[in-house]
Amino acid sequence: MNALPLISGLDLDGTFAWLPTGPRRVRDFLADARALAERLPAGGALLNLCHDRYRFAVGFAAGLLAGKVSLQPASQSAETLRRIGDDFPDVVCLCDGDFDTQDLPRCDFPDLSAADPGQVADIPRISSDRVAAILFTSGSTGLPQPHRKTWGRLVANGRAEAAALGLDRTPHVLVGTVPVQHSFGFESTFLLALHGRCAFWAGKPFYPQDIAAALDAVPRPRLLVTTPFHLSTLLASGIELPAIDQLLSATAPLSSTLAAEAEARSGAPLDEIYGSTESGQLAHRRTTAGAEWTLLPGIRLEQDADRTWACGGHVEGRVPLSDRIELLPDQRFLLHGRHTDLINIAGKRTSLAYLNHQIAAVPGVVDAAFFLPDDEAPDGITRLTAFVVAPTLDSRRLLAALRQRIDPLFLPRPAIFVDALPRNSTGKLPRSGLQALYAQKVQHGGR
Amino acid sequence: MSQAPAPETVDALLPEVAALIVEALNLEMAPEEIAPDAPLFGEGLGLDSIDVLEIALVISKQYGFQLRSDNADNVRIFASLRALTAYIASQRTK
Repeated sequence: MNALPLISGLDLDGTFAWLPTGPRRVRDFLADARALAERLPAGGALLNLCHDRYRFAVGFAAGLLAGKVSLQPASQSAETLRRIGDDFPDVVCLCDGDFDTQDLPRCDFPDLSAADPGQVADIPRISSDRVAAILFTSGSTGLPQPHRKTWGRLVANGRAEAAALGLDRTPHVLVGTVPVQHSFGFESTFLLALHGRCAFWAGKPFYPQDIAAALDAVPRPRLLVTTPFHLSTLLASGIELPAIDQLLSATAPLSSTLAAEAEARSGAPLDEIYGSTESGQLAHRRTTAGAEWTLLPGIRLEQDADRTWACGGHVEGRVPLSDRIELLPDQRFLLHGRHTDLINIAGKRTSLAYLNHQIAAVPGVVDAAFFLPDDEAPDGITRLTAFVVAPTLDSRRLLAALRQRIDPLFLPRPAIFVDALPRNSTGKLPRSGLQALYAQKVQHGGR
Repeated sequence: MSQAPAPETVDALLPEVAALIVEALNLEMAPEEIAPDAPLFGEGLGLDSIDVLEIALVISKQYGFQLRSDNADNVRIFASLRALTAYIASQRTK
């Protein structure tokens, strides 16, 4: 059985993370992880809800040492927690805030100041075929789908990304605006530290001024890991930016205009990552250099008819992709939009099928359909509309019920109450019908 | 934090901030429909973190100061339209 180290490319005195109090070395991190592992309750699954990136990292490593898999759902709604409780009866929530874990048992992140880094003599090794994390997406069937990630594939993903971005040769300090639990943040702020020789800033800066302060708090070279939305707000704020040495964006398409502005303002190259929760990271490109993507080391794309599949390298199995793809020579390809009813708002993915399933389950709803208008603003956030037949409900009660079931980002804005949906004779709901309803009720002033 | 603004200053500024929120977020409602003391998140207006960034951006443009999330008052600032307006009145530079 093959085993791989918890951390590679750094020795015990290398810097693994930056906290407001200063650097944490690999040995400090390992001492914290061991101390936490001893305190975690028994059970096979850990729902790591820590907001702080360093505490998440300690929790993840402690879970690995204690034989727990890390559960990383796409949302933290009451419905998601209930489902996790059903599927993983021995789950424990690790929290560093006052998040309501509903009925699930919780472990509040303890004070680990007694952990002794002097006792740490080696970096633990983890079996490469062990399932280390389960990331969830909402599948096209409408139910959350688990995607199991073995330790070996996670290590390979971190190494492949570091090699593709040149970080293995020139390690950077990572400042991320994205949550560490979701795939992009997990890969690009956590796995890059474990296996890409980088260190990360523990916080998750939110406002533009926070991002500037976080960058200022860490040594150069600095890599800002962000999204088109965060990047456009940062640039629009007009604040003075500290030195940035590299930029990384994912979760939504980035316009070449914003990419060019970001490079001009920061003087740093901006790379985009293409990937999915199912497949892990697949490719990267320098947005200002052209539309072509280059595959990460070891990854292959295969096509039959109009479907494309990713395999090889750190991809678990053979994963169908939801984008239309044109293969080019030399490990390159072009993206031509999406196939399915998958939608992506601010980096969170779901499907219309899932949302329609959730809204239909609200008591009082007779019929309902979500609708994603065509993109209005590049790099902005397009919101969903829902058309609802529910004579006994009003908007406030509908939204209160929906908030229990879906992530707030996907709440309809607006919810339009109608007498009937434009279903055709076979009961189907063509997009053209919803488009016409949208034009009538929303675009032309349905107040 | 600066000196607390007078209640009448806040009252006078409420309609302007309400209009700013409705316009920035493209809400399907009139500014006067936002109850000044109802929560902006969850049960009230139901805003989310993306909205907060959008609001923060228009506030910085309009009133000339930047929001910071290490401010201990952050939850309180966004507790209601009135709380947000009071904070703006205390921090504005223009």
